Amino acid sequence: MDEGVVWLTIFILSVFVGIEVISKVSSTLHTPLMSGANAIHGVILLGAIIVTGSTDNGLALTIGLVAIVLAAVNMVGGFLVTDRMLQMFVRKKPAKAPAPSEGGR
Amino acid sequence: MSIPVWAQLAYLGAAVCFILALKGLSGPKTARNGNIIGAIAAVVACAIPFFYLDLDHVPLILVAVAIGTAGGVYGARTVQMTQMPQMVALFNGVGGGAAALVALLELHEIVSVSADPSADPGWFVLLATAFTILVGSVSFAGSIITFAKLQELMTSRPVVFPGLPVVFGLALIGSLALGGLLIGDTTMLVGVVLALLGLLIGVLLVLPVGGADVPIVISLLNAFTGLTVAAGGYVLSNTLLLVAGTLVGASGTFLTLLMAGAMGRSVANIMFGALKGGSTLGAGEASDRPVKSAGAQDIAILLGYAERVIIVPGYGLAVAQAQHTLRELVDVLSERGIEVDYAIHPVAGRMPGHMNVLLAEAQVPYEQLKEMDDINGDFKNADVVLVVGANDVVNPAAKTTPGAPIYGMPILNADEAKQVIFMKRSMRPGFAGIENELLFEPTTTLFFGDAKESLGKLLNAVKAL
Repeated sequence: MDEGVVWLTIFILSVFVGIEVISKVSSTLHTPLMSGANAIHGVILLGAIIVTGSTDNGLALTIGLVAIVLAAVNMVGGFLVTDRMLQMFVRKKPAKAPAPSEGGR
Repeated sequence: MSIPVWAQLAYLGAAVCFILALKGLSGPKTARNGNIIGAIAAVVACAIPFFYLDLDHVPLILVAVAIGTAGGVYGARTVQMTQMPQMVALFNGVGGGAAALVALLELHEIVSVSADPSADPGWFVLLATAFTILVGSVSFAGSIITFAKLQELMTSRPVVFPGLPVVFGLALIGSLALGGLLIGDTTMLVGVVLALLGLLIGVLLVLPVGGADVPIVISLLNAFTGLTVAAGGYVLSNTLLLVAGTLVGASGTFLTLLMAGAMGRSVANIMFGALKGGSTLGAGEASDRPVKSAGAQDIAILLGYAERVIIVPGYGLAVAQAQHTLRELVDVLSERGIEVDYAIHPVAGRMPGHMNVLLAEAQVPYEQLKEMDDINGDFKNADVVLVVGANDVVNPAAKTTPGAPIYGMPILNADEAKQVIFMKRSMRPGFAGIENELLFEPTTTLFFGDAKESLGKLLNAVKAL
């Protein structure tokens, strides 16, 4: 298969998965979902790291580092803020387990 | 630059985790775990290139990651629940900016090896690069304006100046031309100008959008950033970026359409309605027509001796941080045997689902939160509807006044109830800036004051009954 077609296949299938996977979401969860999806595209951090790590030009390095900072804000902030929203949905039943233990808080 | 098989498989694993994360986020029970799966996958994915690529500047990169992480943690921890929409906008904007910068660097890489004719990247890679630079910049600038509007650093009203459509059109045509030029004449200069043009388009795109419609724009720009990341993934030959970006682009687009549908508007109308003039501009002034108002005692009697009460919470409730007091009031009413529910309009607050988050924070049971379609038939049976800090979502103008900016938006049928109580700070109109006829109906009673204070008084008065 031609390499371009492979990429196109991945793209098209991802479009359908992206729509299908959230098609049953209730409007209650629209805000956390938007925020969670927002965090996922923060994975551009990966791209920023790769590009920055293979440059040898001073200006390009600076721009790359800025990109890394921005992408890390997007990714880390996005997931944490989503978790903060979602904590409020989960908290109602288990009253005896008040402190979520993982690093989020 | 070939990627070893183990790394490709790890990327695949991360992509699957992102799908599971989105799937999890679609249900209230699985949402939190879904988000955590996504977070772990993202962190692991970002560690992968350190193991298979011989990266330079590793210490600097790690410092930059640490700075960004600290910024993200600080923002996410300190933001108020009411300011969540602008925080999401800001996070989205910096992501778009990062994608644009990555594409500019990749362009630099392409330019610097272009002396070697065998290294021709192909026109499609250049097109994807141009797309990433342009749309990433649009998303960055647009999100910053969105943030400024919601944070009220600037007016939340539509901003239109006479030549705006012309400038916007020229900027669009210019960007398309530059994108084409980049394929034929691949230089950094073209890329940088393209980025600047993207920033201009982003600003012009969001300026004419009114405050009430801004959430739709956030969602749309979120989808833009997703597509940008996908194109960036293609340029970098990275499947994970392609899949993750496409997932977000597709689901974000779908979510935007869902939200616009909930407001009864088309996306095109929201984005460009103000340009066609007039219709999205409300009066924005307080009216001096006569209204009926009452004090806490009278309202307490209305509530305390009702059988069926429906609460319509709005953004004003959240701003006053009164959700806890409201829940106490509802608890007291329920103890008196009154059937109380919350009617949640899909766009109550500032974003779809925003109100649910705020009420969940006040530990309101999930079962008491009724979605619009489920409760709209119930209003005619309600003795009292208590509207707390909401306005546009119960404004009958959405049904009766074709010229109104919210015309066509489905609303809560509060006007069908026997009595309506409006808790308001003043007669100022809602976020959409139009007068609410419901305020002047004979069945409507107004209760002026800060929502938290008023609810406190009301709570004491009901307890004393």
